[in-house]
Amino acid sequence: MTDSPADPMAEPHTATGAPAERREGRQKVTGAARYAAEHPLPGRAHGWPLQAAVARGRVRRVDASGALEMPGVLTVLTHENAPRLNEPDDPMLAVLQDARVPHRGWQVALVVAETLEQARAGAAAVRVDYETEAHDVTLTEDHPAAYVPDEANGGQPGTRERGNPEADFDSAPVKVDAVYRVPPLHNHPMEPHASTARFDGDRLIVHTSSQGGTTVRQTLAALFGLPEERITVSAEHVGGGFGSKGTPRPDVVLAVMAARETGRPVTVALPRAQLATVVGHRAPTLQRLRLGAGRDGRLTSLIHEVTTHTSHVKEFVEQAAVPSRVMYASPHSRTLHRVTPLDVPSPSWMRAPGEAPGMYALESAMDELADALGMDPVELRIVNDTDHEPDSGDPFSSRHLVECLREGARRFDWAGRATRARAATGNVLVGSGVAAATYPVMVSPSTASAHALPDGTFVVRVNAADIGTGARTVLAQVAADALGVPLADVRTEVGNSDLPAAPLAGGSSGTASWGWAVHEACTELKDRLAAHAGPLPADGLDAHADTSGTADADSPYARHSFGAHFAEVAVDTVTGEVRVRRLLSVFAAGRILNARTARSQFIGGMTMGLGMALTESSTMDAAFGDFAERDLASYHVPVHADVPAIEAHWIEEDDPHLNPMGSKGIGEIGIVGTAAAIGNAVHHATGIRFRELPLTPDKVLTALGERHPVRPTMTA
Amino acid sequence: MGSQPHDATPGGAGASVPAETTESAESHHSDVTLRVNGTSRTLTLDHRRALLDVLREDLDLTGAKKGCDHGQCGACTVLVDGRRVNSCLLLAVSLDGREVVTVEGLGDGDGEVHPLQQAFLDRDAFQCGYCTPGQICSALGAVDEAAMGHPSHVTDPGRPSGRPMPLDRDEIRERLSGNLCRCGAYPHIVDAVEDVIR
Repeated sequence: MTDSPADPMAEPHTATGAPAERREGRQKVTGAARYAAEHPLPGRAHGWPLQAAVARGRVRRVDASGALEMPGVLTVLTHENAPRLNEPDDPMLAVLQDARVPHRGWQVALVVAETLEQARAGAAAVRVDYETEAHDVTLTEDHPAAYVPDEANGGQPGTRERGNPEADFDSAPVKVDAVYRVPPLHNHPMEPHASTARFDGDRLIVHTSSQGGTTVRQTLAALFGLPEERITVSAEHVGGGFGSKGTPRPDVVLAVMAARETGRPVTVALPRAQLATVVGHRAPTLQRLRLGAGRDGRLTSLIHEVTTHTSHVKEFVEQAAVPSRVMYASPHSRTLHRVTPLDVPSPSWMRAPGEAPGMYALESAMDELADALGMDPVELRIVNDTDHEPDSGDPFSSRHLVECLREGARRFDWAGRATRARAATGNVLVGSGVAAATYPVMVSPSTASAHALPDGTFVVRVNAADIGTGARTVLAQVAADALGVPLADVRTEVGNSDLPAAPLAGGSSGTASWGWAVHEACTELKDRLAAHAGPLPADGLDAHADTSGTADADSPYARHSFGAHFAEVAVDTVTGEVRVRRLLSVFAAGRILNARTARSQFIGGMTMGLGMALTESSTMDAAFGDFAERDLASYHVPVHADVPAIEAHWIEEDDPHLNPMGSKGIGEIGIVGTAAAIGNAVHHATGIRFRELPLTPDKVLTALGERHPVRPTMTA
Repeated sequence: MGSQPHDATPGGAGASVPAETTESAESHHSDVTLRVNGTSRTLTLDHRRALLDVLREDLDLTGAKKGCDHGQCGACTVLVDGRRVNSCLLLAVSLDGREVVTVEGLGDGDGEVHPLQQAFLDRDAFQCGYCTPGQICSALGAVDEAAMGHPSHVTDPGRPSGRPMPLDRDEIRERLSGNLCRCGAYPHIVDAVEDVIR
């Protein structure tokens, strides 16, 4: 399926692309892999954070006397006695620094005790008095505090406009004007955020669950006024993150504070119920889409306006209108974000921030447009394909959206969807839906080193984080190809800040960023080896790389991954339950460096998209100012039974404008557009357009009842 | 794999002796003997301590994972007397004399992993690995339950119970739905389970 003759690399690929097995796999299946809270150290104590019980106000008094008398309790840290921190760049980390309560769940104390049970009981015995202020946690379209930010997340402009979008829309022959709603969502990695900290002389050693240990070290150095070279941050195994571990979270700050105060190693493992409020969430979005098109289906205007919330702690703006700057040609466009600061927990990154909710809205609206035109939704997207990014005007380095749509339609048997729908029997309605996907290509400068050992093997070192992506494995593949040696001869060391500094595993940029530096270091090492005569010295030969200035150089191209999702659903008209029967996606994401781990990532993203479509939802309780769903019994992530036949395919792209490996990111695109494909399938099945996620039985049954009233009294 | 050598000191590495010797603390502790991965362990345990925390904190068997501590995610699944349990929900003091098998105890002791562990490797049935030990223990328990004739929600109601239940993909999915995987490895986990029951 490649259409470009040029290979981006001169040397032949052998290791990259192969379905190499995860190097840490055996440790993971035998239970030997150690995560952040699993480092037994002599005298290790446990910290249990206490959360604010009001939505806005101040801590008037903390009475820790009862807790301190309890067996095993070592100390209770509050804003009155906790170590003073230098002001953090991320205000979410300024824990126990003042009496202010910016939202319910803000951590107001940390109980440190010999055992978990003692710490938990101690936390229950701490009495906190609050000075309570009226709070406002309710997001509305017309909130008086809403404003248009200069920038949304990722440095994206808050608003962009070209042409005369309103005027064009008003006069367009075919229009869609609809509002879509995505509720707050929670990352909920299986490993809750956890950190173990200890001081060894003047050294600080931290095990933390993080997507980027280099950033953790920099942050701790700044907060605690320590030189970076005296801090080691280890994140050897990380039990998922999905953005919520992208930068340090309060657990690591609290653990270091407690270790400093007690002189003990301290583990702070956040209870699951605290995650909703202290590690970030995907902010809710209200999205109005206006599409104006000619009768041929070509878009002439695209207006995407997003309303979202942030906290009073910091401004974070879910950049949901951004994909509308990328996807389809239209001469007239406005993409705009409005944000309202509320007394809510701080939102942050969750897998494909911006793209995931934004593409739900855009791709649902495209389906509505296809409906209004009487056009096949696959063909509508093909008609609106473009070889230049509409917003920037830059040419795409590669796109292949049309190929993804056509290949997916063929594999899915899109043409047979009406037949399958008609064949449904009993109480079940069957439908199929399609949606496109996109995610930007991101890359950051990294350092790495490569070492040739006298025994003929090689070691590659980089402080990459393997959060389940298989970074150890794929970086070894990149190194083996750059060195021209067998994969088995290359060892990788990742997950420790004593290794060469590296950017985080986020923005689907890890492999590109680390791999680029690994490739450079290995290429240089290969040259040095070629120039070296005789046996290697006892300590081998080294080469180092720093891709500053190259990896972050401006590109004249718009660089994005694309994809297409096809979903078949069954809707039970008695229970209102929507089940996904099949989910099939085709991606164009550059060269796939490891077919095995890539497939797992694609499927994982699609599965999270399935959850976004059908089960995942959080509710901000207006009275209490708290998320109502704070555990895994109430916040429903997909389970085995929800995930039926699911297939990820890809089109191999040869794109010379990316990085030496020719790869694009793959960690996030799987979740982008999935919910729209499923929602569009529900529309195909029922004829009802749902515009608010998730598509739970209450919503579906209500709408089915209104459309096909069971009893006359139910008609509104 | 066998159990790891460890001194079964009262309260374990994370507990302090002074706290244990206070009157109020002593009154809330009991001696409990567990057989863990084939080795007998006598521990003086805080009555509040869940089996999961005994494994992780006292016995350094951290293969059992803490995902929610509320019986909602399945990451802590181990086998007690051969049946799968959420170890975070069992107070260890109630398990005197019971047989516990964790993911560390599934191999043959000579470095060979259990066939299901191998199938997880073959099928790339995990990513971050945090739910993996629980998925593996749960699947072993589920396979046994089916062999004993326990029906599930998706079993044909007409099928007589008490006789071995064949496990198709729907049955595997249903029976493993108490084990969450946020990385979305579900289809590959089902593949791995199918590999060992065929």
